[in-house]
Amino acid sequence: MTHAQPTQAQPTQAQPTHADHSLDSFGDAAASATRVTPGNALRPEDIAISPDKPNDDVAEYALRLGDDSLILAQRLSHWISRGPELEEDIALGNIALDLLGHARSFLIYAGHALGKSEDDLAYWREEEDFRSVWLFEQPNGDFGVTIARQLVVSIYQHLLYSRLVDSTDPTIAAIAAKALKEVDYHRDHATQWTLRLGDGTAESHRRMQAALELVWPYVDELFDDDPLIDRIGDAGVRPSTLREQFDADIAAVIDEATLDLPTVPRAMGGGRRGLHTEHLGYLLAEMQVLARKHPGASW
Amino acid sequence: MSTENQQATGQSANIWPLWEVFVRSSRGLSHVHAGSLHAPDAEMALRNARDLYTRRNEGVSIWVVPSDAITASDPDAKGSFFESPQGKDYRHATYYTKSEGVKHL
Repeated sequence: MTHAQPTQAQPTQAQPTHADHSLDSFGDAAASATRVTPGNALRPEDIAISPDKPNDDVAEYALRLGDDSLILAQRLSHWISRGPELEEDIALGNIALDLLGHARSFLIYAGHALGKSEDDLAYWREEEDFRSVWLFEQPNGDFGVTIARQLVVSIYQHLLYSRLVDSTDPTIAAIAAKALKEVDYHRDHATQWTLRLGDGTAESHRRMQAALELVWPYVDELFDDDPLIDRIGDAGVRPSTLREQFDADIAAVIDEATLDLPTVPRAMGGGRRGLHTEHLGYLLAEMQVLARKHPGASW
Repeated sequence: MSTENQQATGQSANIWPLWEVFVRSSRGLSHVHAGSLHAPDAEMALRNARDLYTRRNEGVSIWVVPSDAITASDPDAKGSFFESPQGKDYRHATYYTKSEGVKHL
């Protein structure tokens, strides 16, 4: 090299001279892929050191939302190295990581009231202690089933977090504000794929319709109210109040994708009370085995 | 949103076409080539590019271009294409001496 590149930052200890410079041509080394610039968004670690402590009811509410995201993150992680294309592998992995971030935030916050860490809650609770609803623990199925589950979840979570940003609990509101931008992208991702599979080939249409039929029995449980919702008031969102907009939003996508809205009876549900389908136990066994076999292990 | 997206042409039916990705960083003035990826159409290419090339907060704008749409110079023609300007000092302003009395140069 005959001349210095003025835009290239001096190597630091964190960025050794043999680092991959293939992306330095972005012209802004501070924002290159070789240096992490996470920005100012709320991190789970910020909640961990915050003195704010929820009351028992809000903690239970945070546990529900955290468990929903945690279980789905674990499910989606299974696609890593198994995606239909490398690019889709990464897309689903990114979504799983976003959800894991939401789960950590909610579980850390709930843990402040319960006297437990995020790892205690994720790895050392039993199946009946998990508060996630049934949809999140349902198997990935084929790519269409995963997309159908993502479509329902992301539209629901987008509506939920859009309202939770006004929660009277500042920590819940802050987590929702961070999560909202991410689930907005998840919704877009699921919508794009629903349109392409539904309005694609005869085979993709058939499989996407079958996928919707498979996940639809678990939709109703998302919108069930219960006494906890009465007790937490404006710290949370009454699930049933999200239903009308959810129905309109998802019907628009399903219609544009030339698919039919399923008319199947609902599953019993009961995840908020710790009652789960047979799938959760296996999921937890895989998620928890390492932490339980090597307690206290860290990277 | 329409599903009738721009299709990159000339690809086998079972392999997603290749796209070239250009990213403009938050303080960059121009889009810079970042790499390439596979995607079924332009809209998905944008999304895949977002996941692959801006996941560490690198960019504020992305372009995707079908790789087929790019015509590249022949690497074997390096001599005739790029080496012939060498030694032609007179193509640089510094070759010329400033004339007497000319200001603002």
